[in-house]
Amino acid sequence: MSLDVDVRHTLGGFHLDARFTAQPGLTTLFGRSGAGKSSLVNIVAGLIKPRSGKVIVDGQPLVDVEHGVFVPRHRRRVGYVFQDSRLFPHFSVRQNLLYGRWFAKGTGGASGDFASVVSLLGIAALLDRRPDSLSGGEKQRVAIGRALLAKPRLLLMDEPLASLDEARRAEIMPYIERLRDEAGVPILYVSHSLSEVARLATTVVILSDGKVAAVGPVTETLPLADSDDGGSVLEAVVSRHDETYRLSILTSRAGELQVPLLPAPVGATVRAYIRARDVMLSLQPPQEISALNVLSGTIADISARGAQADVRLDCNGAIVLSRVTNKSVERLALAVGRPVHAVVKSVSFERS
Amino acid sequence: MTEEEWTAVRLSLLVAVTATAASLPLGIAVAWLLARGRFWGKSLLDTVVHLPLIMPPVVTGYLLLILFGRRGPIGEFLDQAFGIVLSFRWTGAALACAVMGFPLMVRAIRLSIEAVDERLESAAGTLGANPLWVFATITLPLCLPGVIAGAVLCFAKSMGEFGATITFVSNIPGETQTLPSAIYTLTQVPGGDAGALRLTAISIAISMVALLFSELLARRIGVRRVAT
Repeated sequence: MSLDVDVRHTLGGFHLDARFTAQPGLTTLFGRSGAGKSSLVNIVAGLIKPRSGKVIVDGQPLVDVEHGVFVPRHRRRVGYVFQDSRLFPHFSVRQNLLYGRWFAKGTGGASGDFASVVSLLGIAALLDRRPDSLSGGEKQRVAIGRALLAKPRLLLMDEPLASLDEARRAEIMPYIERLRDEAGVPILYVSHSLSEVARLATTVVILSDGKVAAVGPVTETLPLADSDDGGSVLEAVVSRHDETYRLSILTSRAGELQVPLLPAPVGATVRAYIRARDVMLSLQPPQEISALNVLSGTIADISARGAQADVRLDCNGAIVLSRVTNKSVERLALAVGRPVHAVVKSVSFERS
Repeated sequence: MTEEEWTAVRLSLLVAVTATAASLPLGIAVAWLLARGRFWGKSLLDTVVHLPLIMPPVVTGYLLLILFGRRGPIGEFLDQAFGIVLSFRWTGAALACAVMGFPLMVRAIRLSIEAVDERLESAAGTLGANPLWVFATITLPLCLPGVIAGAVLCFAKSMGEFGATITFVSNIPGETQTLPSAIYTLTQVPGGDAGALRLTAISIAISMVALLFSELLARRIGVRRVAT
């Protein structure tokens, strides 16, 4: 499956001019609020008609303004999971789930099996309940199931976790991961949360002021994101566990990482998310410090962010982002091409 | 109760039920257009629908007589094409009641359609439901309490309609003499007080039963349809 988007649209004083191609897997549309993420998803879903441009799924145009093509929303077979779950209040959970499937009868396509979707999302116990008796997390899982059972060719998720607290988010994330890996439906996922993107994304599309700022694999694009909470992602493999100190030792392209024991088997692939503000820079190999993880690399780029600067390091081909003050940049005479050592204070993990 | 009084009660019920049932589909359609439609002339349609509410009933009745009378443009056509005659028939009384009750019905239904969350409708659309299915499975069930309220208002208005009815179809016992006309007639003859009072009591009873029935129905539906 492929999704090609190339649209221009104006909403009030806001101009959207976006062009990208989504690969199979989970593609996140990432950006600050007001960057045009939701408008873009609504254009793909058919809720907004763009001023010009086209949206093409598997070679079939959903919108092609120049050729007068506009497929109405109910014929697009594009599943949509809204931020507010939008379950039908007068139907039971089971009826909600079956709503779209009824219209999708005889269309074929992936993930139409009721029992497997219900077990994938863990909602078997909720089937006879009414939407108003569900928790926020349960509602979102039902909404995901409802969209899946309509046998979509493409699943859109517009900040499906934004209205939930941290615990509920943690409850749903594994289901979205399973969806990405097992359901076989490509997903376009809107988010402004870096940790969500770091954990879930196969491909990242970074939107800024209605324009696509960058597209690519999460490890390459995330360090480019314009965010106060920026950081970088390292793909790593669990090479062994150290039971004495309760540590896991990981190998990544950038070097070895020692982290508190992970509940993952040896050989498992994990994504290490390193926040830029948790990375210190040193010109000498630091000795006698408490931090366990020191990566070496060369400076690839320095971009100013007010009183601070984001320093992008190339560590053997992997990108690590560090946020330091402008004063430090000057004092250490940091410049592109200079070799440095990155002291990583903490690493958070996202199973992948 | 005399036979004539019973006839008036039966006729009024028949006229009111017919007027309500016949205008309900159109009422829902117009209410939907006014609530969700975006088209040229929407405020004109709104005004036309509300006209019977603000015009004197006698004027409405007279206009109906001009349009639907045997020599009227619509009445003549209906008579010649389908053999339908409305003037001075009970069906004409039903038409007059439907016209007078229509604005009340449309108002109630329109408000309840406007209260239905449009985001639910667009969600249904993305799940594959075409606009007609969206209306039938989402909008209509969710605005049902308003539909019931509108129907009851129209029924109650029909039971009490006097001015337009008597102007359009006159006051013929057994054919067009509804409850209000019968009460009016009784008050015009010496010794009719007792009969007028009996019919008044029946009129009050019917109105109260209709109101109670609608409350009960709306509550039963409301319990099942609490919004999230």
